[in-house]
Amino acid sequence: MIEVRRLVKTFGLKPVLRGVDFRAQPGEFVALLGPNGAGKTTMLRILATLSRPTMGEVRLAGYALPAQAAEVRRLLGVVSHQPLLYGDLTAEENLRFYARMYGLSDGAGRAAEVLDSVGLAARRRDLVRQFSRGMQQRLAIGRALLHDPQVMLFDEPYTGLDQDASSMLDEVLRRVAVAGRTVVMTSHDLPRAADLATRIDVLSRGVIAASVPQSEITPAGLIDLYRQVTRD
Amino acid sequence: MTSGAAPATSSGQRTRGYLRAVGAVLWKDLAAELRSRELLSAMLVFALLVILVFNFALELDLATRQTVTSGVLWVTFAFAGTLGLNRSMAVERDRGCLDGLLLAPVDRSALYFGKALGNLAFMLIIEAIILPVYSLLYNVNLFLPGLLGVVLLGSIGYAAVGTLLSSMAVQARTRDVLLPILLFPVVLPVLIPAVKATNAVLLGLEAAELWPWLNLLIAYDVIFTAAAFMLFDFVVEE
Repeated sequence: MIEVRRLVKTFGLKPVLRGVDFRAQPGEFVALLGPNGAGKTTMLRILATLSRPTMGEVRLAGYALPAQAAEVRRLLGVVSHQPLLYGDLTAEENLRFYARMYGLSDGAGRAAEVLDSVGLAARRRDLVRQFSRGMQQRLAIGRALLHDPQVMLFDEPYTGLDQDASSMLDEVLRRVAVAGRTVVMTSHDLPRAADLATRIDVLSRGVIAASVPQSEITPAGLIDLYRQVTRD
Repeated sequence: MTSGAAPATSSGQRTRGYLRAVGAVLWKDLAAELRSRELLSAMLVFALLVILVFNFALELDLATRQTVTSGVLWVTFAFAGTLGLNRSMAVERDRGCLDGLLLAPVDRSALYFGKALGNLAFMLIIEAIILPVYSLLYNVNLFLPGLLGVVLLGSIGYAAVGTLLSSMAVQARTRDVLLPILLFPVVLPVLIPAVKATNAVLLGLEAAELWPWLNLLIAYDVIFTAAAFMLFDFVVEE
């Protein structure tokens, strides 16, 4: 589903990704861990078609990036630590706007369905700027699920969430993954990544320094591995 | 699993999809502004202050007022327009909304046209209020059909180039000061013929003196819109 070979990204003269090789199969949930500045967000932005690779090959569902970016965008749902929602529109208006952008035939119906699935049906007429951070993040997931994408990219979705909101997001993420989608999530939260993902990759100094199936590692073993591969 | 965002297959479907995206972005900007009124109120207050300052700064006799009106009007529109452009793109930057737009499976020029039409609508609303106020303050008759045409053409060029440059400036740390510095030199080819054409209409000059400026305005509108159509994708992508 996702195939990345020798991916290089530089900003000016500064290399951020130095030859990343990465694969994710359909239905796989990959947690991409790494310290600040390791290039996690840059890699996710390239997969999301928001940034062009400097060198290397990136394919999603057989489509090459950046040449076939429009086709790839139809298959993608993206959630970042920012909600990508308009504060002066209501929850429903935001979803209906994005439904039109994705060319969905029954935007109103789909928006209602999604609001229900993320537990915000009762707040559909409230302005997004009045929502708590947790509610905004749930609506952001709803926005990303609106067009029923095959691939979901989560860029540190837990940033700024309190305990309750994080638990609720865990539940939503599990539901997203159970539906058979390919999920890639960047995170600093090792225990949570070990709990949710089926595979854990560690990005360090611009390359994938470790890749282990979740079933083959304990939470304590993951912390040891993480420390080992990210040590200066 | 199915993906709900089905690709448009025929050219008719693609055109409909393109126009739907332009309309959606325009609707979103207008709906959000109707609710918050932040952008329009800032533009309006600023424009009123500019014409008031000019009114007191230039103690003009009736004849001189006729000749400076075009300059004062376009300076007012350009300054207020810059405020609007900055605010319009700042909304996209808040909560990462620009990324949300860029993730949509539509031609990115559709996003540009949606934003540009919204910016044009905001400019025209402000101009529709400023023209009568100016008329009262300066005792100059601005209710001339020709003048409305010139204002429309000048505003189209200003919104076309301003939307492109504000999309570029919004990504910079110094975006608030960067936009006017980028915009005013580039938009001069629109502002100069707009001022000259406005002057020609107000002084009731012959059509032969007006048309060269109007032609120039139309040409720049077309050039700037076409350039923005081609460049927008490169401007917004990392």
